[in-house]
Amino acid sequence: METFQLVSPEGVLADDPAAADVDGDLCRGLYRDMVLARRLDAEAYSLQRQGELGLWLQSWGQEAAQVGSIRAIRDTDWVFPSYRDHAAAMCRGIGPEELLAQWRGVRQSGWDPARHRFHLYTLVLAAQLPHAVGYAMGVQRDGADEVVMTYFGDGSSSEGEANEAFNWAVTMAAPVLFFCQNNGWAISTPTSAQYGAPLHRRAAGFGLATQLVDGNDVLAVRAATARAAAAVRAGEGPALIEAVTYRMAGHSTSDDPTRYRSGAELDHWATLDPLERLRRLLDDRGWATPGFVEELETEATELAAEVRRVCRAMPDPDADAMFAHTLAVETRSQAAERAGYAAYTASFVD
Amino acid sequence: MATETFVLPDVGEGLTEADVLSWHVAVGDEVGVNQVVVEVETAKAAVELPCPFDGTVAELFAAEGETVPVGAPLIAVTTAAVEQAAEHSPDDEAPDDEAPDDGAPDDEGSGSVLVGYGTSAARTRRRRRRPASPEPATGRPSRPPATPPVRKMAKELGVDLAEVTYDGDRIRREDVRRHAGTPSAPAASAAAPSAPSAVVEEPGDRRVPITGVRRATAAAVTSSAFTAPHVTEFVTVDVTAMTETVEALRAHRAFEGVRVTPLLLVARALLSAVRHFPDINARWDSEAQEIVHPRAVNLGIAAATPRGLIVPNIKDAAALTLVDLARALAELTTTARAGRTTPEQMSGGTITITNVGVFGVDAATPILNPGEAAILCFGAVRRRPWEYRGEVALREVTELSLSFDHRLVDGELGSRVLARVAAVLADPAGELLLD
Repeated sequence: METFQLVSPEGVLADDPAAADVDGDLCRGLYRDMVLARRLDAEAYSLQRQGELGLWLQSWGQEAAQVGSIRAIRDTDWVFPSYRDHAAAMCRGIGPEELLAQWRGVRQSGWDPARHRFHLYTLVLAAQLPHAVGYAMGVQRDGADEVVMTYFGDGSSSEGEANEAFNWAVTMAAPVLFFCQNNGWAISTPTSAQYGAPLHRRAAGFGLATQLVDGNDVLAVRAATARAAAAVRAGEGPALIEAVTYRMAGHSTSDDPTRYRSGAELDHWATLDPLERLRRLLDDRGWATPGFVEELETEATELAAEVRRVCRAMPDPDADAMFAHTLAVETRSQAAERAGYAAYTASFVD
Repeated sequence: MATETFVLPDVGEGLTEADVLSWHVAVGDEVGVNQVVVEVETAKAAVELPCPFDGTVAELFAAEGETVPVGAPLIAVTTAAVEQAAEHSPDDEAPDDEAPDDGAPDDEGSGSVLVGYGTSAARTRRRRRRPASPEPATGRPSRPPATPPVRKMAKELGVDLAEVTYDGDRIRREDVRRHAGTPSAPAASAAAPSAPSAVVEEPGDRRVPITGVRRATAAAVTSSAFTAPHVTEFVTVDVTAMTETVEALRAHRAFEGVRVTPLLLVARALLSAVRHFPDINARWDSEAQEIVHPRAVNLGIAAATPRGLIVPNIKDAAALTLVDLARALAELTTTARAGRTTPEQMSGGTITITNVGVFGVDAATPILNPGEAAILCFGAVRRRPWEYRGEVALREVTELSLSFDHRLVDGELGSRVLARVAAVLADPAGELLLD
């Protein structure tokens, strides 16, 4: 299958009917989403290195795949993310404090999934795919006009849950759009050691409508997702998009990617950077209106300061809180554990 | 103006300390928020740490090369205290102490982390506990209080910390030096390694973690080399007839579409030797105190693959016709090169051939595949002046060697096996007809 692309790495927009609605407003909006997401991601990374977050998984490099896809569906469509989908989360209005709380270890989860129609991050690989299919079956039974989109990676595609979800979604004709951000690496496992046939080919075997797209081309991702979502919404059955992108950072702040991949590979992908590609198009078309870039930079700097501020301001939770939601009625042994833990925490001087 | 202290965070999941590799700033330098100020190396990775503050560097608390516990101060920055004051109140996270010692047992490693290197069993707690009971006024804690770098230094200087006298709440470097009789060194020399190391690592040296096939190979050859007493014998043999046989087989219609190589005849020669001297196809079972004679000959072929050395074997190779043996060899090689050899194909070998000749090498003293009694090594075939029918002629000559486990194979058996292989390769048609 040929990779669908609308903007070349040099920033040239293809003469394609799928690009008919592309204009300055659209591109500026997508560019802003990506710049702000990258800034938040970089700031959170620094905060982890400063001891303010326990862990952070960077979305650096995958902004186009996330922004392009989530901006192509409706705000009422439910999304089941993985754990690296910060750019998508921000597009759903999830704020820095909500995004960081889980990684600072002060809350079990950061946001109200119902309010943002964006499920909590799922750390167990591929577990969100059956969730999405189940939710979509509910949508189907409600007769609601909704598409359910779920994000996952190339590593997750090898999990049993992923393959069961593909099969069952097709069997049930559930309105699900599976969105794979194939970023080349499952922690330290390259895709060459992950599968023998690319995911979009495998997915077709399950009966999914599939599309292979350049995941660093935000306009192509948006157009492909819009097309797939429309078909799913029209009742044509589930679909899968494989967006080829690259994880520029390590798997997480605990991972050292220099142990297993080359600088040359990183250099190559740096030339395909999704932000720079759209920036070239904005510049070529004169769509970067006066003050746009400067104002965006100011906005990003303010966002970074806010990220630092809200991160440090998050209060430590009451240690008692973790016992509060375990059982509806506390058992005797749990009461003893709670008392024991309270005595332990009280034993600290500072 | 205010002074902010940046303490070493746990940048992994459950790390306890880091070595300072290099400072990117010096006292007096201006630094900005998120400017990289220091590179540290943890058990997991080398990591650059960004400064949380804007201001002027007031103090660096650790020299390059020093090990710093998580929670200990790294750098102090004098800030203008405007943005930071709103963002961050001083002292709210900077402990006044390095990793404290409360005498409590160390925590175990967490084990479960999101990336596979695992955590060490070590203390990660950074907060100070109240003592379980008030300390006696005169008593010292049973383990003298000192920070890990000081303990390390004491160990290197051969100083028992229990004998060191000190003022204040813990033993410091000066106390250790005084006890050891060494003059107090200026701060700069603290950066130098305290003991010369036997292995000098140059900048640019590459370190590769020992994993996968490398680790498996290392374990296998180590166990084999140090449990089975190896003997290696050599024979040089004129294999002109063998190379002619190879040519003849290639032209034969029975071998159409089948790859024929000298290795095929070497394999066939070894199988012939095993038939004549079956005791060579054996295994030493140390646990049962028995020598095991497998029913089948599972012929192992050492293969260099992109993933490293593997030794798949051809099951019941003695039962195969020459054509089937050729097919099995070709398939084994293709599978190995593609990295698709299964563990099943690599287990149960009884005797092995290694072909160093493909690399243009004449001979080797191979290490036995663990659990086998013999390994045959096939060298390069070269045209050499050689005695032939009473004259000197240019002949195709090769060197064969056989390593065997002397616990169960004596020199006589080993020699007969090697001689039989040589005889077959010297005259394949004749010897195999009589086989």
